[in-house]
Amino acid sequence: MLDKFGIAKRIAKELQDGYYVNLGIGIPTLVANYVPEGIEVILQSENGLLGIGPFPYADEVDADLINAGKQTVTTTNGSSFFDSAMSFGMIRSGRVDLTVLGAMEVAENGDIANWKIPGKMVKGMGGAMDLVASAKNIIVAMQHVNKAGESKLLKRCSLPITGLGCVKKVVTELGVFDIVPEGFKLLERAPGVSVDYIKEKTEGNLIVDGEIPEMILD
Amino acid sequence: MLKKIVSNADEAIKDIQDGAVIMLGGFGLCGIPENSITALVKKGVKNLTCISNNAGVDDFGIGLMLKTRQVKKMISSYVGENAEFERQLLSGELEVELIPQGTLATRCMATGYGMPAIFTPAGVGTEVAIGKETRDFEGKMYLLEHAFKSDFAIVKAWKGDAHGNLIFRATSRNFNPLMAMAGKITIAEVEELYEAGELNPDEIHTPGIYVNRIFKGSDYEKRIEQVTTRLKA
Repeated sequence: MLDKFGIAKRIAKELQDGYYVNLGIGIPTLVANYVPEGIEVILQSENGLLGIGPFPYADEVDADLINAGKQTVTTTNGSSFFDSAMSFGMIRSGRVDLTVLGAMEVAENGDIANWKIPGKMVKGMGGAMDLVASAKNIIVAMQHVNKAGESKLLKRCSLPITGLGCVKKVVTELGVFDIVPEGFKLLERAPGVSVDYIKEKTEGNLIVDGEIPEMILD
Repeated sequence: MLKKIVSNADEAIKDIQDGAVIMLGGFGLCGIPENSITALVKKGVKNLTCISNNAGVDDFGIGLMLKTRQVKKMISSYVGENAEFERQLLSGELEVELIPQGTLATRCMATGYGMPAIFTPAGVGTEVAIGKETRDFEGKMYLLEHAFKSDFAIVKAWKGDAHGNLIFRATSRNFNPLMAMAGKITIAEVEELYEAGELNPDEIHTPGIYVNRIFKGSDYEKRIEQVTTRLKA
């Protein structure tokens, strides 16, 4: 089974040289720490920055320079700033190659719910609905089950939808899944996790085609 | 002679009345019009509708106007950092309309570009789409979203000049140039105010035609929501 760092590490293997990538808050942000050697990716922050650098040293903190999680960051060689309309313009027009988001639920048809839990204070969708409606390649990074032990990979989302039919791939602590017309296609198992265990924890239709390899992280 | 320069925030906002619809630039606490918010609190105008990506925190930004119960309605994309906001929302004192961040930005842009509406895929199939016209373009569904109407837009820029030309700094640009284009009356507060001719025309982000009033702000706190740093090796 993977921890959150393992999930991030596995997703980082999906990165390709020259990719423009938008990383959501939480586990997705960790992906930036595992960019494979020898490839260059440019991180997009939807508040108006292409080319997110590392956190600043204490003496270079700049209140005018933050990421979408409102954390102080830096620029890097080749960075640019832009307004919020252009930021979503580059997302909407398909320039961003990969978006990695967290989710509360994903359905076997690629629907995603990640913004609202009925009965709880609604904080808002921020840029999530724009991202899921527009990004051409969306990977969800999340825990396989919720705190109550219930599967988050479902036949249909039960929570309010963020976007329809948009998720392409899901990486959880148990495995890697492609969303195909028939459901969640199991591609890889996390180290030490059996196919039967994954079946037990997956409510949506799970497709197991032949021998499923254990993922290789390093 | 263009007479856009006013002496301070109090003068800039003096004709904002109860019930006004106001756009306020900024993302989180980054690039917010601090001086104008302080002046609005001082003036005590009420029943405001605020269009702003966020609602500040309890004791800073729009949070200051929430504390004094000056805001009737917030139109935002994310409002999660404010306990007083939550209390007023749950008690029914405050109305909130949540809209996707890109839709918010682009509806401002549409106003400034003189276009009545946009089509966006954001929110299709969600509760955001309820009651809205949808249209299929080349096999994909889009929502019709209208350009914003507001009485005032209040923005914060780094540099400005007597003609109202504005230059923003780093990610404090965010919604500011879009809202600057969208106000019936646009007020800009700047850290540095120059004479006409002192700023390079090639570097202007917002042309002065969009700006009605400009003033040099003071005592910027520029509070940071999350200071994240790394250690020197």
